Amino acid sequence: MPVPLHDIANARAGDKGNRLNIALVCRDPKHYAAIASQVTAERVAQAFAARQPTRVTRYDLPKLAAFNFVLDDVLEGGVNASLGLDGHGKSLSFLLLAITVDLYPDNR
Amino acid sequence: MPERAFIGSGAGFAGDRSDAAVAVVEALARADGPRFLMYETLAERTLALCQIERRKDAARGYSPAMERMLAPVLARCLGCGIRIVGNFGAANPMAAARRIAALARALGAPAPRIAVVEGDDLTGALTPAEFAAREIDGALLAGRQDIISANLYLGAAPIAQALDRGADIVVTGRVADSALALGPLLHALRWRLDDWDRLAAGTMAGHLLECGAQLTGGYFADPGFKDVPGLAEVGYPIAEVEADGSMVVTKPPGSGGVVDRLTVTEQLLYEIHDPAAYLAPDVVLDLTGVDVTEIGRDRVRLTGARGKPAPETLKATVCVDGGLLGEAEISYAGPNAAARAQLAAAIVRERMRKRAPQLTIRTDAIGAVSVFGAGDNTLALPRGAPDDIRLRFAAQSRDAAQVSLLLDEVEALYCAGPAGGAGVRRHLTPRLASASCLIERRYARPRVTLLEEGA
Repeated sequence: MPVPLHDIANARAGDKGNRLNIALVCRDPKHYAAIASQVTAERVAQAFAARQPTRVTRYDLPKLAAFNFVLDDVLEGGVNASLGLDGHGKSLSFLLLAITVDLYPDNR
Repeated sequence: MPERAFIGSGAGFAGDRSDAAVAVVEALARADGPRFLMYETLAERTLALCQIERRKDAARGYSPAMERMLAPVLARCLGCGIRIVGNFGAANPMAAARRIAALARALGAPAPRIAVVEGDDLTGALTPAEFAAREIDGALLAGRQDIISANLYLGAAPIAQALDRGADIVVTGRVADSALALGPLLHALRWRLDDWDRLAAGTMAGHLLECGAQLTGGYFADPGFKDVPGLAEVGYPIAEVEADGSMVVTKPPGSGGVVDRLTVTEQLLYEIHDPAAYLAPDVVLDLTGVDVTEIGRDRVRLTGARGKPAPETLKATVCVDGGLLGEAEISYAGPNAAARAQLAAAIVRERMRKRAPQLTIRTDAIGAVSVFGAGDNTLALPRGAPDDIRLRFAAQSRDAAQVSLLLDEVEALYCAGPAGGAGVRRHLTPRLASASCLIERRYARPRVTLLEEGA
């Protein structure tokens, strides 16, 4: 049964210019492997497709039970140029947290 | 030599709470060892606005947040030997230092030794074309002559020098945020400027502290999933840094908030791109080997920061005029609200297409689709949209007349738009556009001045 990342992980968004990073931290490190195999850069790019990222990079931090996603060109030019209400992209951690993960893919 | 230094955060941004530092200062006052209070109050935009202020009045141009943040704790810090480091000097650190001296007199506090760090201001050091040639991640500066501000991110060494010279308060302009902690650590723990792992540790401490409560439960709470006690009186963070570069982060006893593996890990990765190569002026920080361990209630230990030699170039932020941002809102509520909002959006689009065809307009339906929206000027409301919709239009241009026209068109919906249009608000905000440049180190000429020398 897939669960939203929001049930099992924390996320925090930060900005630098037109680039957004979202740190994704496992609340319980036992979920690291399932997230690593399923929450790929490609899946995150799909979740953010409306913002047309030019590149999505995932950095893996196994010692921290965390991942860092970097999304290029998704902030309408960044906080000094965006017409949107959230030029920093601070709310976008919760767009990531809506992605679902199957915690027991082998038991299907 | 001390084995441990204490650094507390007094503010994580210019809009932060004025009373944030009070509990931190009381906790530092009871600590045994060199103690520092750091203030980070300098957003890109703030610095450019301060530069404009300074040109109008040579006695101004420092952070407008400085006085309200220092007033509650300045006398106490001076009385018990807590030294203050802040980038609230902005575009005019010397004027800020004079203002702090006056504030101390007004509070009846002992006269502080105030040091000023300057040399970050690059306006005039390079031509607009030379800045444009050094721009990264964009081409904002191409062909622009109207540079408002250009500031290098200085490193920690001048802050350490200022403290070495006995400053009670160090006022800087633009320095790397993390340098506000690394500088005091270089001074107190006598770290060498090529001891990369320790410089990395000090940079990590600064990175963790620079956003204030974001380490201690702020920007974190999510009721039912991530509960944070006492957030209304959240304690701002304190780092206890050992001479070997290991550290414990905590918060004042009895304060609200929480410091645990999750709050710390979230902040450790905040605004990070490659975690193996976080670029700072003094070192390249590698976070991939860091261990985060809870060792007690609201006490988290961090070890394993690794450093690589400092980058060849320094980052600078260059600001130019960004024109005007215009925003206007109107509400539709009750039965068929979504359809009326969509009609209103279509009317504004049709009229603007004829009158200002070049202007890009963003439309949001606040409460239904806004911050997650794609940002184009069509408004497709989802099925089951709420029946209380705040329609928002936004546009930006250096042509003020076009932006004002959009606001006029939204206001005209009152009488000429769909039924029940309510509560128009309109705002015009001057904007600054910012670019990042990589600048050769030879342009960095940091200067440290003690106020009585420069006054």
